[in-house]
Amino acid sequence: MTDLELLKNRVVLESDRVYSVSSMDVPGTYPGVDDTWDIERFKKTFKVVISELTKGNIEFDLIGIDASIANAFRRILIAEVPSMAIEDVFILNNTSIMHDEVLAHRLGLIPIKADPNDFSFRWETAQKNGNTQGPTDADTIVFKLQVKCTNKKGAPKDDSLEPSELYDNSSVYSGQMIWSPQGRQEEFFKNSPPRPVYDDILITKLRPNQEIDLELHCVKGIGKDHAKFSPVATASYRLLPDIIITKPILGKDAEKFQKCFPEGVVEVFVNKDGEKEARVVNPRKDTVSRECLRHAEFKDKVKLTRVRDHFIFNVESVGAIPPQRLLPDAVKVLIEKCKVLKRSLAQINQAN
Amino acid sequence: MSSQFYGDLRTQSPQRITYICGDCGVENEIRAKEPIRCRDCGHRIMYKKRTKRMVQFEAR
Repeated sequence: MTDLELLKNRVVLESDRVYSVSSMDVPGTYPGVDDTWDIERFKKTFKVVISELTKGNIEFDLIGIDASIANAFRRILIAEVPSMAIEDVFILNNTSIMHDEVLAHRLGLIPIKADPNDFSFRWETAQKNGNTQGPTDADTIVFKLQVKCTNKKGAPKDDSLEPSELYDNSSVYSGQMIWSPQGRQEEFFKNSPPRPVYDDILITKLRPNQEIDLELHCVKGIGKDHAKFSPVATASYRLLPDIIITKPILGKDAEKFQKCFPEGVVEVFVNKDGEKEARVVNPRKDTVSRECLRHAEFKDKVKLTRVRDHFIFNVESVGAIPPQRLLPDAVKVLIEKCKVLKRSLAQINQAN
Repeated sequence: MSSQFYGDLRTQSPQRITYICGDCGVENEIRAKEPIRCRDCGHRIMYKKRTKRMVQFEAR
Protein backbone atom coordinates (compact mmCIF):
# COMPACT_ATOMS: atom_id res chain seq x y z
CA MET A 1 0.00 0.00 0.00
CA THR A 2 1.41 3.37 -0.98
CA ASP A 3 1.50 6.27 1.45
CA LEU A 4 -1.18 8.05 -0.55
CA GLU A 5 -3.51 5.04 -0.44
CA LEU A 6 -2.93 4.75 3.30
CA LEU A 7 -3.73 8.41 3.80
CA LYS A 8 -6.81 8.26 1.58
CA ASN A 9 -8.41 4.99 2.70
CA ARG A 10 -7.32 4.28 6.25
CA VAL A 11 -7.73 5.66 9.73
CA VAL A 12 -4.39 5.02 11.45
CA LEU A 13 -4.12 4.07 15.11
CA GLU A 14 -0.96 4.65 17.09
CA SER A 15 -0.27 3.85 20.72
CA ASP A 16 -1.23 7.32 21.93
CA ARG A 17 -3.34 8.82 19.17
CA VAL A 18 -5.54 8.24 16.16
CA TYR A 19 -4.85 10.19 13.02
CA SER A 20 -6.10 10.60 9.47
CA VAL A 21 -9.64 10.43 10.77
CA SER A 22 -11.60 12.58 8.34
CA SER A 23 -12.17 11.71 4.73
CA MET A 24 -10.40 14.02 2.29
CA ASP A 25 -11.83 12.77 -1.00
CA VAL A 26 -12.97 16.20 -2.08
CA PRO A 27 -12.02 16.91 -5.72
CA GLY A 28 -8.67 18.71 -5.84
CA THR A 29 -7.29 17.52 -2.50
CA TYR A 30 -4.66 15.28 -4.06
CA PRO A 31 -2.96 16.38 -7.28
CA GLY A 32 -3.53 13.95 -10.11
CA VAL A 33 -6.25 11.99 -8.29
CA ASP A 34 -9.76 12.18 -9.75
CA ASP A 35 -12.10 12.47 -6.77
CA THR A 36 -15.17 13.76 -8.59
CA TRP A 37 -18.29 11.97 -7.49
CA ASP A 38 -19.85 9.87 -10.18
CA ILE A 39 -23.05 7.86 -9.84
CA GLU A 40 -21.83 5.11 -12.18
CA ARG A 41 -18.59 4.68 -10.26
CA PHE A 42 -20.53 4.67 -6.99
CA LYS A 43 -22.84 1.94 -8.30
CA LYS A 44 -19.81 -0.18 -9.14
CA THR A 45 -17.97 0.24 -5.87
CA PHE A 46 -20.79 0.41 -3.33
CA LYS A 47 -21.66 -2.87 -1.62
CA VAL A 48 -24.07 -4.05 1.07
CA VAL A 49 -23.26 -7.39 2.71
CA ILE A 50 -25.46 -9.00 5.35
CA SER A 51 -23.18 -11.00 7.61
CA GLU A 52 -25.59 -12.05 10.32
CA LEU A 53 -29.37 -12.17 10.61
CA THR A 54 -31.35 -13.52 13.54
CA LYS A 55 -34.93 -12.95 14.69
CA GLY A 56 -34.12 -9.71 16.44
CA ASN A 57 -30.69 -8.69 15.19
CA ILE A 58 -28.90 -7.88 11.96
CA GLU A 59 -25.25 -7.19 11.18
CA PHE A 60 -24.51 -5.76 7.76
CA ASP A 61 -21.65 -3.95 6.05
CA LEU A 62 -21.98 -0.80 4.01
CA ILE A 63 -18.84 -0.61 1.88
CA GLY A 64 -17.79 2.38 -0.18
CA ILE A 65 -19.91 5.11 1.40
CA ASP A 66 -19.10 8.36 3.17
CA ALA A 67 -19.35 8.58 6.94
CA SER A 68 -21.96 11.34 6.67
CA ILE A 69 -24.38 9.02 4.88
CA ALA A 70 -23.68 6.04 7.12
CA ASN A 71 -24.24 8.24 10.16
CA ALA A 72 -27.44 9.62 8.65
CA PHE A 73 -28.80 6.07 8.40
CA ARG A 74 -27.84 5.35 11.99
CA ARG A 75 -29.56 8.48 13.24
CA ILE A 76 -32.65 7.89 11.12
CA LEU A 77 -32.92 4.31 12.41
CA ILE A 78 -32.96 5.57 15.98
CA ALA A 79 -35.04 8.72 15.66
CA GLU A 80 -37.08 8.78 12.45
CA VAL A 81 -38.30 5.33 11.42
CA PRO A 82 -41.90 5.22 12.70
CA SER A 83 -43.45 2.59 14.92
CA MET A 84 -46.54 2.18 17.09
CA ALA A 85 -46.71 2.82 20.84
CA ILE A 86 -49.30 3.53 23.51
CA GLU A 87 -49.85 7.29 23.70
CA ASP A 88 -53.13 7.86 25.57
CA VAL A 89 -54.14 5.97 28.69
CA PHE A 90 -57.72 6.36 29.89
CA ILE A 91 -57.93 5.26 33.49
CA LEU A 92 -61.43 4.23 34.54
CA ASN A 93 -60.21 2.67 37.76
CA ASN A 94 -56.84 2.10 39.35
CA THR A 95 -56.73 1.02 42.98
CA SER A 96 -53.29 -0.55 42.71
CA ILE A 97 -50.34 0.91 44.60
CA MET A 98 -48.89 2.27 41.38
CA HIS A 99 -49.76 5.90 40.66
CA ASP A 100 -51.74 6.67 37.52
CA GLU A 101 -48.88 8.65 35.94
CA VAL A 102 -46.30 5.93 36.56
CA LEU A 103 -48.63 3.25 35.27
CA ALA A 104 -49.33 5.27 32.12
CA HIS A 105 -45.63 5.83 31.54
CA ARG A 106 -44.83 2.13 31.93
CA LEU A 107 -47.58 1.19 29.46
CA GLY A 108 -46.16 3.62 26.91
CA LEU A 109 -42.87 1.74 26.83
CA ILE A 110 -44.42 -1.63 25.87
CA PRO A 111 -43.44 -2.51 22.28
CA ILE A 112 -46.52 -3.08 20.13
CA LYS A 113 -46.48 -5.65 17.33
CA ALA A 114 -48.29 -3.82 14.56
CA ASP A 115 -47.00 -2.78 11.16
CA PRO A 116 -46.63 1.03 11.20
CA ASN A 117 -47.12 1.03 7.40
CA ASP A 118 -50.75 0.00 7.99
CA PHE A 119 -51.43 3.18 9.94
CA SER A 120 -51.25 6.93 9.39
CA PHE A 121 -49.89 9.54 11.72
CA ARG A 122 -52.59 11.35 13.67
CA TRP A 123 -51.72 14.63 11.97
CA GLU A 124 -52.14 12.97 8.56
CA THR A 125 -55.70 11.82 9.22
CA ALA A 126 -56.50 15.16 10.85
CA GLN A 127 -55.31 16.91 7.69
CA LYS A 128 -57.28 14.58 5.44
CA ASN A 129 -60.49 14.93 7.44
CA GLY A 130 -60.34 18.73 7.44
CA ASN A 131 -58.56 19.15 10.76
CA THR A 132 -61.25 17.43 12.78
CA GLN A 133 -59.95 16.23 16.08
CA GLY A 134 -60.25 12.73 17.44
CA PRO A 135 -58.86 9.28 16.75
CA THR A 136 -59.94 7.20 13.75
CA ASP A 137 -59.49 3.55 12.80
CA ALA A 138 -56.70 4.57 10.42
CA ASP A 139 -54.45 5.99 13.13
CA THR A 140 -55.30 4.36 16.46
CA ILE A 141 -55.17 0.88 17.97
CA VAL A 142 -57.26 0.38 21.08
CA PHE A 143 -56.44 -2.10 23.84
CA LYS A 144 -58.38 -2.79 27.02
CA LEU A 145 -56.68 -3.82 30.22
CA GLN A 146 -59.15 -4.92 32.87
CA VAL A 147 -57.70 -6.94 35.74
CA LYS A 148 -58.96 -7.51 39.27
CA CYS A 149 -57.03 -9.39 41.92
CA THR A 150 -58.94 -11.91 44.05
CA ASN A 151 -58.16 -14.50 46.70
CA LYS A 152 -57.52 -17.87 45.13
CA LYS A 153 -60.23 -20.39 45.94
CA GLY A 154 -59.03 -23.15 48.24
CA ALA A 155 -55.64 -21.56 48.75
CA PRO A 156 -54.03 -22.45 52.07
CA LYS A 157 -53.71 -19.65 54.63
CA ASP A 158 -49.94 -19.57 54.69
CA ASP A 159 -48.13 -16.24 54.50
CA SER A 160 -44.88 -17.86 53.45
CA LEU A 161 -46.37 -18.83 50.08
CA GLU A 162 -45.78 -16.86 46.89
CA PRO A 163 -48.47 -14.23 46.13
CA SER A 164 -49.17 -16.07 42.86
CA GLU A 165 -50.19 -19.13 44.90
CA LEU A 166 -52.44 -17.16 47.24
CA TYR A 167 -54.17 -14.79 44.82
CA ASP A 168 -55.45 -14.72 41.25
CA ASN A 169 -54.07 -11.91 39.05
CA SER A 170 -51.44 -10.84 41.62
CA SER A 171 -49.29 -9.70 38.68
CA VAL A 172 -50.49 -7.87 35.57
CA TYR A 173 -48.64 -8.78 32.37
CA SER A 174 -48.64 -7.19 28.92
CA GLY A 175 -50.27 -10.37 27.56
CA GLN A 176 -53.48 -9.44 29.42
CA MET A 177 -54.04 -6.45 27.15
CA ILE A 178 -57.00 -7.22 24.90
CA TRP A 179 -57.20 -5.70 21.45
CA SER A 180 -60.49 -3.96 20.78
CA PRO A 181 -60.92 -3.55 17.01
CA GLN A 182 -62.32 -0.26 15.77
CA GLY A 183 -64.16 0.40 12.51
CA ARG A 184 -62.73 -1.72 9.68
CA GLN A 185 -59.77 -2.96 11.72
CA GLU A 186 -61.24 -6.35 12.60
CA GLU A 187 -61.47 -7.37 8.96
CA PHE A 188 -58.19 -5.70 7.94
CA PHE A 189 -56.08 -7.29 10.68
CA LYS A 190 -57.80 -10.66 10.95
CA ASN A 191 -54.58 -12.50 10.01
CA SER A 192 -52.26 -10.55 12.28
CA PRO A 193 -54.13 -8.89 15.14
CA PRO A 194 -52.13 -6.17 16.90
CA ARG A 195 -50.65 -7.29 20.22
CA PRO A 196 -47.67 -6.58 22.48
CA VAL A 197 -44.41 -8.01 21.12
CA TYR A 198 -43.81 -9.83 24.39
CA ASP A 199 -46.59 -11.25 26.54
CA ASP A 200 -44.53 -11.51 29.74
CA ILE A 201 -43.74 -7.86 30.49
CA LEU A 202 -44.70 -7.14 34.10
CA ILE A 203 -46.82 -3.97 34.25
CA THR A 204 -47.83 -3.80 37.93
CA LYS A 205 -48.70 -5.98 40.89
CA LEU A 206 -52.06 -6.24 42.66
CA ARG A 207 -53.39 -7.53 45.98
CA PRO A 208 -56.94 -8.80 46.64
CA ASN A 209 -59.69 -6.27 45.85
CA GLN A 210 -57.32 -4.01 43.92
CA GLU A 211 -58.17 -3.57 40.28
CA ILE A 212 -57.17 -1.70 37.18
CA ASP A 213 -59.54 -0.85 34.35
CA LEU A 214 -57.86 0.95 31.46
CA GLU A 215 -58.34 1.84 27.83
CA LEU A 216 -55.09 2.23 25.87
CA HIS A 217 -54.76 4.12 22.60
CA CYS A 218 -51.69 3.36 20.44
CA VAL A 219 -50.57 5.81 17.77
CA LYS A 220 -47.85 5.99 15.16
CA GLY A 221 -44.87 8.15 16.04
CA ILE A 222 -41.12 8.61 15.65
CA GLY A 223 -38.23 8.31 18.08
CA LYS A 224 -37.45 12.00 17.78
CA ASP A 225 -40.71 12.69 19.62
CA HIS A 226 -40.30 10.01 22.30
CA ALA A 227 -37.92 7.04 22.67
CA LYS A 228 -40.88 4.64 22.96
CA PHE A 229 -41.49 5.11 19.21
CA SER A 230 -37.94 4.06 18.28
CA PRO A 231 -38.03 0.73 16.37
CA VAL A 232 -34.45 -0.19 17.36
CA ALA A 233 -32.94 -1.15 20.67
CA THR A 234 -29.42 -0.40 19.42
CA ALA A 235 -28.22 0.88 16.08
CA SER A 236 -24.49 1.43 15.84
CA TYR A 237 -21.59 1.04 13.45
CA ARG A 238 -17.84 0.55 13.62
CA LEU A 239 -15.16 0.71 10.96
CA LEU A 240 -13.60 -2.53 9.74
CA PRO A 241 -10.18 -2.97 11.42
CA ASP A 242 -7.22 -3.70 9.13
CA ILE A 243 -3.93 -4.90 10.58
CA ILE A 244 -0.96 -4.38 8.26
CA ILE A 245 2.23 -6.28 9.09
CA THR A 246 5.00 -4.24 7.46
CA LYS A 247 7.98 -6.44 8.45
CA PRO A 248 7.69 -10.20 9.08
CA ILE A 249 7.20 -11.21 12.73
CA LEU A 250 9.07 -14.46 13.29
CA GLY A 251 9.76 -17.17 15.85
CA LYS A 252 8.75 -16.62 19.48
CA ASP A 253 7.62 -13.09 18.67
CA ALA A 254 4.98 -14.49 16.33
CA GLU A 255 3.29 -16.33 19.18
CA LYS A 256 3.50 -13.30 21.44
CA PHE A 257 2.03 -11.21 18.64
CA GLN A 258 -0.86 -13.63 18.26
CA LYS A 259 -1.63 -13.30 21.97
CA CYS A 260 -1.95 -9.52 21.62
CA PHE A 261 -5.21 -9.99 19.68
CA PRO A 262 -8.54 -11.70 20.37
CA GLU A 263 -8.78 -15.32 19.27
CA GLY A 264 -8.98 -15.88 15.53
CA VAL A 265 -7.50 -12.56 14.43
CA VAL A 266 -3.86 -13.62 13.96
CA GLU A 267 -2.53 -17.09 13.22
CA VAL A 268 0.99 -18.52 13.36
CA PHE A 269 2.11 -20.57 10.37
CA VAL A 270 5.38 -22.15 9.26
CA ASN A 271 6.84 -20.19 6.34
CA LYS A 272 8.93 -21.57 3.50
CA ASP A 273 12.15 -21.16 5.50
CA GLY A 274 10.73 -23.47 8.16
CA GLU A 275 10.29 -20.59 10.57
CA LYS A 276 7.22 -19.62 12.56
CA GLU A 277 5.59 -16.46 11.23
CA ALA A 278 2.49 -14.45 12.16
CA ARG A 279 -0.18 -13.47 9.65
CA VAL A 280 -3.57 -11.79 9.92
CA VAL A 281 -6.58 -14.01 9.12
CA ASN A 282 -9.68 -12.22 10.39
CA PRO A 283 -9.21 -8.56 11.36
CA ARG A 284 -13.01 -8.22 11.74
CA LYS A 285 -12.80 -9.96 15.10
CA ASP A 286 -10.26 -7.45 16.42
CA THR A 287 -11.41 -5.13 19.18
CA VAL A 288 -8.56 -2.70 18.32
CA SER A 289 -7.19 -2.78 21.84
CA ARG A 290 -3.78 -1.64 20.49
CA GLU A 291 -2.10 -4.08 22.90
CA CYS A 292 0.58 -4.98 20.32
CA LEU A 293 1.80 -1.37 20.20
CA ARG A 294 2.77 -1.56 23.89
CA HIS A 295 5.58 -3.97 23.04
CA ALA A 296 8.75 -2.43 21.61
CA GLU A 297 9.47 -5.42 19.34
CA PHE A 298 6.26 -4.89 17.33
CA LYS A 299 6.25 -1.14 17.19
CA ASP A 300 7.88 -0.79 13.78
CA LYS A 301 6.58 -4.02 12.32
CA VAL A 302 2.84 -3.39 12.37
CA LYS A 303 0.36 -0.71 11.42
CA LEU A 304 -3.06 -0.78 13.03
CA THR A 305 -5.68 0.83 10.82
CA ARG A 306 -9.36 0.94 10.08
CA VAL A 307 -10.92 1.08 6.62
CA ARG A 308 -12.53 4.50 6.42
CA ASP A 309 -15.41 3.62 4.10
CA HIS A 310 -16.28 0.16 5.44
CA PHE A 311 -19.05 0.42 8.04
CA ILE A 312 -20.09 -2.61 10.06
CA PHE A 313 -23.60 -1.90 11.29
CA ASN A 314 -25.19 -3.73 14.15
CA VAL A 315 -28.90 -3.13 14.49
CA GLU A 316 -31.19 -4.75 17.02
CA SER A 317 -34.93 -4.52 16.44
CA VAL A 318 -37.35 -3.96 19.28
CA GLY A 319 -39.62 -6.53 17.63
CA ALA A 320 -42.34 -4.65 15.78
CA ILE A 321 -40.38 -4.40 12.52
CA PRO A 322 -38.26 -7.39 11.38
CA PRO A 323 -34.55 -6.44 11.46
CA GLN A 324 -34.01 -6.89 7.72
CA ARG A 325 -36.67 -4.25 7.01
CA LEU A 326 -35.14 -1.55 9.19
CA LEU A 327 -32.48 -0.28 6.78
CA PRO A 328 -34.86 -0.13 3.77
CA ASP A 329 -37.30 1.85 5.93
CA ALA A 330 -34.49 4.24 6.93
CA VAL A 331 -33.50 4.66 3.28
CA LYS A 332 -37.11 5.54 2.43
CA VAL A 333 -37.11 8.22 5.13
CA LEU A 334 -33.88 9.70 3.75
CA ILE A 335 -35.32 9.71 0.20
CA GLU A 336 -38.39 11.59 1.45
CA LYS A 337 -36.11 14.15 3.13
CA CYS A 338 -34.18 14.63 -0.12
CA LYS A 339 -37.44 15.20 -2.00
CA VAL A 340 -38.47 17.89 0.46
CA LEU A 341 -35.09 19.59 0.10
CA LYS A 342 -35.23 19.40 -3.70
CA ARG A 343 -38.70 20.93 -3.75
CA SER A 344 -37.72 23.84 -1.55
CA LEU A 345 -34.56 24.47 -3.57
CA ALA A 346 -36.68 24.59 -6.72
CA GLN A 347 -38.95 27.11 -5.03
CA ILE A 348 -36.00 29.34 -4.16
CA ASN A 349 -34.75 29.17 -7.74
CA GLN A 350 -38.20 30.10 -9.01
CA ALA A 351 -38.39 33.07 -6.67
CA ASN A 352 -35.09 34.44 -7.98
CA MET B 1 -63.01 22.13 38.44
CA SER B 2 -62.97 21.37 42.19
CA SER B 3 -66.19 23.21 42.98
CA GLN B 4 -67.88 21.33 40.16
CA PHE B 5 -66.55 18.10 41.61
CA TYR B 6 -68.04 18.71 45.07
CA GLY B 7 -71.26 19.92 43.52
CA ASP B 8 -71.54 16.58 41.77
CA LEU B 9 -71.20 14.64 44.98
CA ARG B 10 -73.93 16.61 46.69
CA THR B 11 -76.45 15.94 43.96
CA GLN B 12 -75.86 12.19 44.19
CA SER B 13 -78.49 10.07 45.98
CA PRO B 14 -78.67 11.67 49.46
CA GLN B 15 -75.85 10.68 51.80
CA ARG B 16 -75.36 7.10 50.63
CA ILE B 17 -71.64 6.96 50.25
CA THR B 18 -69.57 3.88 50.92
CA TYR B 19 -66.20 4.16 52.64
CA ILE B 20 -63.38 1.71 53.04
CA CYS B 21 -62.24 0.79 56.53
CA GLY B 22 -58.63 1.74 57.19
CA ASP B 23 -58.02 -1.40 59.19
CA CYS B 24 -59.84 -4.34 57.64
CA GLY B 25 -60.69 -2.95 54.22
CA VAL B 26 -64.39 -3.76 54.39
CA GLU B 27 -66.85 -1.43 52.62
CA ASN B 28 -69.09 0.57 54.97
CA GLU B 29 -72.13 2.64 54.17
CA ILE B 30 -72.22 5.63 56.46
CA ARG B 31 -75.20 8.00 56.62
CA ALA B 32 -75.13 11.53 57.92
CA LYS B 33 -74.89 11.99 61.70
CA GLU B 34 -74.06 8.31 62.16
CA PRO B 35 -70.93 7.53 64.18
CA ILE B 36 -67.92 6.88 62.01
CA ARG B 37 -67.16 3.31 62.98
CA CYS B 38 -66.52 0.12 61.01
CA ARG B 39 -69.30 -2.40 61.35
CA ASP B 40 -66.85 -5.30 61.24
CA CYS B 41 -63.90 -4.30 63.37
CA GLY B 42 -64.85 -1.04 65.06
CA HIS B 43 -62.01 0.92 63.53
CA ARG B 44 -62.66 4.65 63.37
CA ILE B 45 -60.67 5.67 60.33
CA MET B 46 -62.38 5.50 56.96
CA TYR B 47 -61.13 6.17 53.47
CA LYS B 48 -63.05 7.57 50.55
CA LYS B 49 -63.21 5.53 47.35
CA ARG B 50 -61.45 6.58 44.19
CA THR B 51 -63.41 8.78 41.79
CA LYS B 52 -65.50 6.90 39.24
CA ARG B 53 -64.62 9.49 36.62
CA MET B 54 -62.36 8.55 33.77
CA VAL B 55 -58.93 10.19 33.93
CA GLN B 56 -56.79 10.62 30.84
CA PHE B 57 -52.99 10.41 30.90
CA GLU B 58 -50.29 10.74 28.30
CA ALA B 59 -48.00 7.73 28.30
CA ARG B 60 -44.81 9.80 28.42
